[in-house]
Parts: sequence; C-alpha cells; structure tokens
Amino acid sequence: MKIRSLSFILPLAAVALVAIAPFSGCRHRAHDAFPASGEVAGWQKSDETRVFAASDLWQYIDGDAEQYVQAGVVSTSTSDYKYNNQLEAVVDVHTMRDAGGAQRIMENGHGPDARSVSLGDSGFAYTQSIVFRKGSKLVRIVAYQSTQDGPQALLALAKGVEAKL
Amino acid sequence: MKEAATGALLLAAQNRLTLASGLDQHSGSGTSKVVVARDPDLHDASHQPIESRLYALLDRALTTYTGHKNSIDSLRHVIGSAKVIGLKTNGLGGKGISTHAVLAWAVADRLQKAGIQPGNIIIWDRNARDLQACGLGISTDPSKVRCFGSDTAGFEDQQESFGSARIRLSKILGQCDMVIGLPILKDHIMSGVTFAMKNMYGVVDRPQDLHAGGCCPGVADLNCIPAIRQKVRFTIGDALSSVYNGGPSFHPERLWFPNALIVGEDRVALDQVAWQMIERKRAEAGMPTLEASGRPPRYIAVAADAQHALGTNDPSRMHVMEV
Repeated sequence: MKIRSLSFILPLAAVALVAIAPFSGCRHRAHDAFPASGEVAGWQKSDETRVFAASDLWQYIDGDAEQYVQAGVVSTSTSDYKYNNQLEAVVDVHTMRDAGGAQRIMENGHGPDARSVSLGDSGFAYTQSIVFRKGSKLVRIVAYQSTQDGPQALLALAKGVEAKL
Repeated sequence: MKEAATGALLLAAQNRLTLASGLDQHSGSGTSKVVVARDPDLHDASHQPIESRLYALLDRALTTYTGHKNSIDSLRHVIGSAKVIGLKTNGLGGKGISTHAVLAWAVADRLQKAGIQPGNIIIWDRNARDLQACGLGISTDPSKVRCFGSDTAGFEDQQESFGSARIRLSKILGQCDMVIGLPILKDHIMSGVTFAMKNMYGVVDRPQDLHAGGCCPGVADLNCIPAIRQKVRFTIGDALSSVYNGGPSFHPERLWFPNALIVGEDRVALDQVAWQMIERKRAEAGMPTLEASGRPPRYIAVAADAQHALGTNDPSRMHVMEV
C-alpha cells in the first residue's frame, strides 16, 4: 500500500516542481548569473549577491529606481567584483517583466559614443562599462577605475555572466 | 578672484530668518554668497584627489567665504556655539561618485582645530554601505571622530510633515547641534540635479516617497522640515568629480572633474549654481539642456518661493565668487 502511494505521489511531486520552477526560480536564476571567484580568469567575486524586489530598488539606486520600475523591473541582483586585486567593478542583473522593458532601459543609456558588443541579444560598451540584454534580463557592468586592460577584462566578465543567464 | 552675478538686493525678511546662523551677514547686505573654489591640479594621474591640495582648496574656500584669515577662524564663525557637528555625506551613487572621504576628513580636521571634540563630530549617511562607498569606515568610538549611518542610529518615532513631505528623521540629526552638508554634485534622472537640498533625502526614512513629479515639491518641502531648515546651516559641496548625465548612479562615461568645492549657507543658491555648472558641462558635451531633456530642477524655484522661503535662486540676489 505504502509503495503504491509513493509511486503515485512521486511523479505528481516531480510535475509540481517542474511547474513552479519558472516562478520560484527567478531569484535563484538571478543569483546564478554571477560567476564565482576564478570562474572568469582574474575575476574574484568580492561581495555577497544582494537582491532587491522592485518595491525595494530605491534602497539600492534611489531615484534611478523609478525608470526601472516604469519599465517593469521584477528584481535586481548585484554583486561587486575585483580583477587581479586592482580593478573594482559592480555587476547588476535586472530581471524585467519582458524584453521590451529591458530594451527601453538600454536605449535610455545608449550614447552616440558607445560601441556595439556581441553579447546577448544586443549590447554596447564604453571604456569602463558594458550593458547588454538577453531576453528580459538586462545586465550592467561598471568598473570604478580605468586601466589599460580594463575593457578586455570587463568583456570577459560580461561573457561569463551571459553564459549563466 | 573673479566675481560673478553680483547683486545687492536684500532677501525677504522671512528668508533671512530661515538662515538660522545669521551667517548671511558675511555675504554682504543680505545677498546669498556662494564660493566656487577650484584647483585644476587637484587630482593625481589616477584621478584621486591629492590630499594636501584638497586641504588647501578647502582653506581657500572657507576663508573666501567668511573673510577670515584662516580656515580655523572661518569654521569657528560658521559653527558658532554648536558643540556637536554632523557632516552629512552622499554615498548613494556607489564608489565612483560619492562624497570623497578625504573631504570629510579635511573638514573634520579643521573642526577639531577649531575646538570641536573629535567624538562630537559625526560623519553620517543613510547607511554603512553608503559611507563605505565614500571610502569611510564605521566608527562609534566616542574618543574619535564618529562615522555611522542611520541604519545604526535609527529614526525618530514621531513623523514630521511639511507639504508633501511626511517623514521620520534620522536620530543622528537629533544628536547634532548643526549639520554641514557634504553633498556631491550630480546629474539626476528625475530631479535634474542633486546637490545641497537633495542631499537631505538621505536624512529620512522613506526618501522614495519624495520622488514624484521630478522630486518637486518633495525636495523643497523636505528642506522646510524645521530640524532640517534650522540645523543644516552650511554646505561644503563636493564638486571634485561629478556626472553630467545618467545620475544619480555612477556612469563613468559621463564622469567629469570640475575640481571644485562649492561653499555657502543658502542651499537654494548653491543648487542654482550647481545646476548652471551641470548645464555648462552638458552644453560642452553637446547634450541637450535639462529642460529639453524633460527634467529641469524645478524644485529650486519652488524652494525659493514665498511658501518655502529657503533661499534665493535669483542671480541678482546672489554673490558668486569663483576663486
């Protein structure tokens, strides 16, 4: 009797897990987007990942939050990184409600002096920052210092993030 | 010394009353004095402020403002009988665009030389993370200059209100006899400009409630809360570096180095001067004005209106000294 019950319950539980994964997985997927120390050559993850729901995003970026909220941000995850103990950078991963919202934010930040980069669905870069979109995920990586190998290092980190989205 | 936009009209009597320290006497005949002190060689090759040059710049700004021979006497005049002095930084933008720690320490040093006990100087911001973004470590040791955030001190139980502002103030403000604002000059995606008055968003529990309408009238209303109006009597604004677009977050591609301190007591006049600096830089970079971008800092004029009477945005009532 017990065995028969288990054989009935286990497949149901598996189906239920698969069904809720896309919803409950949102936070985890955002966490997973952050390469661990050493996963991208030279880069160390120097801080814990912090996650902000849309309603709490002001705590992280104050007035900047409004444009993300209006574009349908669901949550924002962020972590600091260090490259060879010299270059400091921050990675923000914004999970938007849809790709259109991510695209809108991207266009707002795109100046004529930005250069296109082959990342995700579209992306652009400056000397000290990279922004790209993959589906409804919007990624912004900013370095706090300007170094000679900074742009290449940032691109490598961005590719590391892209691979995990 | 270049003097610009001079004028000698008296501020309205109500306006003068709001300048609690009476320091506007220094500025001559009731005009609001603003000093913009610059050093084009302030930064080293890695874009870090050179400490000795920053101290010299601070001294020059303070002596120009007060007319005293040295910055110690200048600060004594600024602080009057105040015993506990708060230094309100702005570290919200993260490491790249926050009040420079070297400025906070320079002001703290000069305050000690002016007779303030180290433990009676409180460098503060919203939280520990913002202070760390400035390059400041947390310290609550009463024998040293203290440095901690409202996340440590908490907020007052009682709600204060003025117009659209319904907030609870940081308990740190309550501990201070006076506060010197140490904001950093930035473009702001909603309010247009963030500087002296907007820095007060870091003093309250729910700043997000004050962002509607391009932070207008939120900024002006908040600065009318009595404790803010009365205690935040002086500003030593950090324009060592700034972002002229994309703020308040750090956008290194729009970073520039005005190499300046902007000093004064009239926060409206200070913000008016700061706004013009941002506009000049945007024009130089071929960018549209903040008005054309749909985000002029309307709160500045509102702060100057009769209902708020926080200061003047009228250039004919301002005495801007560039040194």
